[in-house]
Order: sequence, then C-alpha cells, then structure tokens
Amino acid sequence: MLSNMVVQVGLFFITLLVLTKPMGLWLSAVMHGECKFINKVGGPVERAIYRLIGTSPEGEMGWRQYAVAVMIFNVVGAIFIYFLQRWQLNLPLNPQQFPAVSVDSSINTAISFVTNTNWQGYAGEATMSYLTQMLGLTVQNFLSAATGIAVLFALIRGFARHTSKTIGNFWVDATRSTLYVLLPLSFLLAVALIGQGVIQNFDAYQEVTTINPTSYITKDAAGKDITQTTNTQTIAMGPVASQEAIKMLGTNGGGFFNANSAHPFENPTPLSNFLEMLAIFLIPAGLCFAFGKMVGDKRQGWTIFSAMFIIFIVMVAATLWAEQSGNPVLTANGADQTAVVTESGFALQSGGNMEGKETRFGIVSSALFATITTAASCGAVNAMHDSLTPIGGLVTMWQMQLGEVVFGGVGSGLYTMLIYAVLAVFIAGLMIGRTPEYLGKKIETYEMQMTALIILVTPLLVLIGTALAVSVADGVVGIANPGAHGFSEVLYALSSAANNNGSAFAGLSANTPFYNSLLAVAMFFGRFGIIIPVLAIAGSMAAKKRIPVSVGTMPTHGPLFVILLIGAVILVGALTYIPALALGPVVEQLQMLNI
Amino acid sequence: MQETLSGHSDTLSFKLALKALRPALMLFVILTIITGVIYPLVTTVVGQWWMPFQANGSLIEKGGIVVGSSFIGQNFTEAKYFWSRPSATGPYSYNAAASSGANQGPLNPALADAIKIRIAALREADTDNKLPIPVDLVTASASGLDPHISPAAAQYQLTRVAKARGLSAESIQQMIDNHTESRQLSILGEPRVNVLQLNLALDSMVQP
Repeated sequence: MLSNMVVQVGLFFITLLVLTKPMGLWLSAVMHGECKFINKVGGPVERAIYRLIGTSPEGEMGWRQYAVAVMIFNVVGAIFIYFLQRWQLNLPLNPQQFPAVSVDSSINTAISFVTNTNWQGYAGEATMSYLTQMLGLTVQNFLSAATGIAVLFALIRGFARHTSKTIGNFWVDATRSTLYVLLPLSFLLAVALIGQGVIQNFDAYQEVTTINPTSYITKDAAGKDITQTTNTQTIAMGPVASQEAIKMLGTNGGGFFNANSAHPFENPTPLSNFLEMLAIFLIPAGLCFAFGKMVGDKRQGWTIFSAMFIIFIVMVAATLWAEQSGNPVLTANGADQTAVVTESGFALQSGGNMEGKETRFGIVSSALFATITTAASCGAVNAMHDSLTPIGGLVTMWQMQLGEVVFGGVGSGLYTMLIYAVLAVFIAGLMIGRTPEYLGKKIETYEMQMTALIILVTPLLVLIGTALAVSVADGVVGIANPGAHGFSEVLYALSSAANNNGSAFAGLSANTPFYNSLLAVAMFFGRFGIIIPVLAIAGSMAAKKRIPVSVGTMPTHGPLFVILLIGAVILVGALTYIPALALGPVVEQLQMLNI
Repeated sequence: MQETLSGHSDTLSFKLALKALRPALMLFVILTIITGVIYPLVTTVVGQWWMPFQANGSLIEKGGIVVGSSFIGQNFTEAKYFWSRPSATGPYSYNAAASSGANQGPLNPALADAIKIRIAALREADTDNKLPIPVDLVTASASGLDPHISPAAAQYQLTRVAKARGLSAESIQQMIDNHTESRQLSILGEPRVNVLQLNLALDSMVQP
C-alpha cells in the first residue's frame, strides 16, 4: 500500500516537473507574440479580433486603464450569465425543461464563475440547461482564467520593465491567453477525457431499465409515507467533456454535475483523474517558469516554484496520512479499514476513510486530488470534503486560507505569491536594516500599503463573514453536521468563497438567499479586492528605475529566500487563522482522539 | 508619475470606463462564440465521430434494451446479486439524475448509526459469514453513483451470492476474477470490481 502510494504521488510530481519548463516557454512565447508558428496560424484571427474591438496590440495601458478594462470585461460577463440563467426556459438546448434559476442563485453563480471561484450552490444536472452550461459557465471558465493570466503578466511586466508608464494591453493579454493557451489545451484534454468515458452529447437524459427494482419511501400528496418501486434509472447527459477540460485547466472547478469530479461521467477512470489533477497544476507551474524567463533570471522562477512545491509536499503527506489512517468511528462499529494486500501485491481494498470517496480512486488518488484542488484555486472535488478526517479538512481549508499560493489559480496563484515575495523581502529588509528591493526595484511605502491591503482583504471577508453566519439564524439553519464540524462547514464556505476556490463542505445548505448573497460578496471582493491593488503595484513598479545589483542586495533566489518566502506565507496564514481553525477541525481532531 | 498613480479624479475613471466599454463588449461576444459555441460543438463532433460509444455514456444493451451504463452504478438488493456501495442520492439510491454524497462528518452520530444498520443488514443476509466487513461496502460514495466495489467487498459477498444462486463458490470466484480491474497502467487508482457488469454476467451464466 505504502509503496503504491509513493509511486502514484511520485509519478504525479515527476510529470509536473517535466512539463513545467515546456509549459512556461510556451506561455511566455505566445503571450508576447514570439512564436512564429502561432503568429502564422493565429495572427490573422488575432488581427481580425483587434480590428473588431478597436484596439491595437501596440496600444498599451497604464495600470488604472488596465484595471478598468478588467472590471468592465468581468462585469459584462457577470450580467450575461445572470440573464442566461433567468431566461433559460425560453432558450434552446434545454431538453429537461429546467425553469429559470432563482434571482439570488443566479447572482451568486454569475459572480462565482466570473471570479474563477465556481462555488456552486445549485446541483448542475437538476438546474442548468445545456445552453447555460456551455454558453455561460464554460465561457466564464475560459475568461476568468484568461483574466488571471492577464493580471499576472501585467504584474510581471511591472517587475521586468523600468521607467515605463504602461503594463501591457488587457485585450491582447486576454485574447492571447484564451486562444493560444487555454483553448488548444482544453480541446486536447477534452478529447482525451472522452476516450476515458466522459460524455459529450446534447441528448435528453437517458431512461434505462434496471435489472433489480429499487424500493424507496416517499411522501404522497397527503404527506403520508408510501413505498414506491422503480425499475428505471434516469441517467443525466450533456456536453460534459468540453466543460470538464477547461474546468481543470483554468483552475475553475465548477462541475457539470452536482458531485463534480466524483461523478463517473466527469471523471470515469484513475487515468482521467490523473489527467485532471495534472491539468490543475500545469499552467500555474508553467507560469513560475515564464516569470523567471521574463524577469531575465530563471532562478527567480524556480525559487518561487520550490517554495510552492515544498509546502505542497508537506500538505499532501498530511492528508494522505490522515485519510489512510481512517476514522476510528468506522472501526468501532465493525468496518474493516485496513489496507488489505495479497501476498502477490494485489490490493484487495484501499481501506481508510472511504466515506465520501469513490472506489476507483481509493485513498491515494482522492487525498492527492483534495490537496491539489485546494492548493490551487480549483475547487473541483473527487471526494466529499465534508467527510474528510479532521486533519484532511484542516489541510484543505488552511491551504485556501493561505491565499492559494501553492501553485494556486491560473495567474492568481503566482501574483499573490509574488506579493508574498515582496512581503518577505520587506521583513528581511527590516531585520538587516536595509531598503528592501525585489528584482532590482525598491519596495517603498506605496507598495507596502497595497501589499498590506492584499493580505488583509481575504481574512476580513472570511473571519467577519463566518462570525456573521454563525451568529444569525439564517446562517445557522444551513449547517448539516452537529458540533465543531458544523462550524467548520461555515468557515470552509467563507474560506472557499473569499479565496475563489469553490470547493465546499457540501453538507451546508448554501442555496439560500442568505448564503447566496454573503458568499457572492465574499467572492467579488476576494477577487477584485486583490486584482486592483496587484495592478497598482504593477504600475508603480513599472515606473521605478532599476537599481544595479550591489554587495548590499539581498539575493531573492536560492534556499535562503525559499525559506523566507515559506516563512512569510505560513506566518501570515497561521497568525490569521489558527484561532478560527481551533474552533473547527482542531477541536474535532481532539474529540476523535478520545474514541 | 506619482501624480497619475494617486492624483486621479472621478471624471478620469469615467472616461476610462467609457473607452473600455466597446472593446469589452466586442471581445466578450467574440470569445463567447469561440469558447462557448465553436469549442463545445467541435468537441462534440470529434467525440461523436471518433468515440461515439464513450461520448454517449458507455451504455450497456441486453436483448435490445438499454440496462445501464458501465460507469453509473445501480442499486441491488436481492441476495443473488452483488450489492453496490451505499448511495446518498435522493429520493432513492443511485438516482443518476441527482448525484450526491452523504456529506456526513467523521464524528456525526448519524454516520455511526448508518454504519451499524448497513453492517447488520450484511450480516443478516449471510449469517455464517465471519469475514471482516470492507469499509467501502458500508460507506456512502462521493457521487452516490459509484459503479465499483473493492475486490474485498466482492469477496465478502461471494458466499451469499453462491448460496442464492445454488452455484459453487469456485464458479462465482471465477466471475469475480473476470470482472476485477487492476490499477490503471499498474499504478493509478485502485483495483475494483464493476458491480453492474458482474451481475449482468451472473444473470447470463448458463445454469448447471
């Protein structure tokens, strides 16, 4: 068991490492129009787009103009999805005749998908028409990811340039990242997923005849219990693969179905699961390399990458250990949780905490997926996080609270991590009594004000939001599990929304006007409350002169800086969240020790 | 430079917003058509042309009627069938139009109660069976549609199925072995048994 665990996780790490550099080279080449092949194939399309929208790739923007473009583009997207949901009954491709989505749920979902959160208060296969899924949700999976990449490139340009008034052109960045990065990768992944069994059709739901009829208890018109028997199974259909691919590659995470990537039609085999996990980290890892290349010092990129990778390994190890160790309650009641392997090495069962997990994934593929999806801002799940062990729940929740800087969302993970790098440099500067510098730029009051804002905005949303939700009746009524775990459900929801993750302790009944509004506010400010100060830093950095490296310059590459950076992330995350975590997963773990 | 950074006015913001409106709208429309219409349609065409079986749900036919999908589990309650894992879908188990997990926390008393009831049902259906009860057979899956059980969970049910069908343990064992999938590429995921396929194969066995 242990050996397969090491091999499975090791294979993932190695594949990711191998793909990081090619992905990074591709990203930096296509984003700057330096790839001859792409210029030939995509050039005419790109030029046609720029003509239609009335921009020129040479026409660059200052940071405020860039920020305004980001905001308007995203607001347009949100309004569109809102009305698509409200009018879906009168629009085509709705074979199940789903009615209009409620006002509060539509607003929540619109903001959720625009902010790359993809929190889902609704059950996909019982709510959304095929048209809403593809024209609304799939589109925003692309565009929110493209927005993240664009903002990151603007920030990198801020570091890479000097005495410049501009940080790029948002329309160009969004167009190129969609056409040359997200679209081709999604198409390849979608086809590969179909090969594994992910569906892609526009049929109505299939009625099949089961061989063993199912009896169940339901209520009749008078509210009395009656037993009914059915021998049909209605199987949900839809254009799933195309949405699934970008859902992972764009670190979006909004499932076509309620059960998300646990649903066999979203994630049918261990191989599809492996590809989906890889797709989550592929672009964020590549961006680290692209960053190093663009600032002219690849070591800078690898340093950031290493810090992320080290945090990630520790988190994965903790989740794997906790989930494999299992839940003593199950053993106490007579279930066998040991990993049983025959003498020839064949695993008869994975054992461990299998509540809320799928057999084909077992413990290893589930725990690895859970750690990846919350390290990145993906939020897709292949196991129900509400049923994770307390430590598994703690790791997933805390990773989101750290700001999703361990690879993180496409673009957003790295731009937030670079802010932490600025913070690390600042702290180090205080310790040694020198003016802090990062990549040849002085870090001054204005940048530190913005950095402080970025670091404070999500904790405010998470902690105040949680406090509010557990203090009012509308918030408490949604809690599904008793005790400390119930508090964790609320804390998880706010952490997920404010950090734009989208996964959930899904027992929480969040499709209510209260939670839909609260979480929409958290998602909106958690996204744009960071993007705008990040762009402000980009603008201010771009305008600065570059200072030559001297003996007094603290190197921001190498093991020492990796440790400093990890220290900054963990310190801020721990100081901010340990009190809240103590009330949830920590209490739960202590209770579990007594069984 | 410092002036453009901090000395901004509302009218400037308004002008920038107005200037961005047309490109924002146009780019949104264009990218919506590309990613929301062309991309899913091309993927559908390729999928339907190249891999129609998978793209349409890997449906299983028996005697001309569709009896299920290889990837979607079904509920089995009769003694002669291998039982699937507990499913939390509503209003009945294995509702493939309403996927869902149980979302019970590890210390939720309801989880402990559910485990007790499920174990009691398994023991009652096969009173002489003293094998340990595999955890996956008494815990709800994530999707509520898990098509598989672990090989250990199949092994546990062998004696019950053999008795109900009046067949030898060896012949049932043979069927289990035939329907056991190894780890994919020998590394990924876990070994597993597809319950629906195994039960369909049992039904079509020639009675001795």
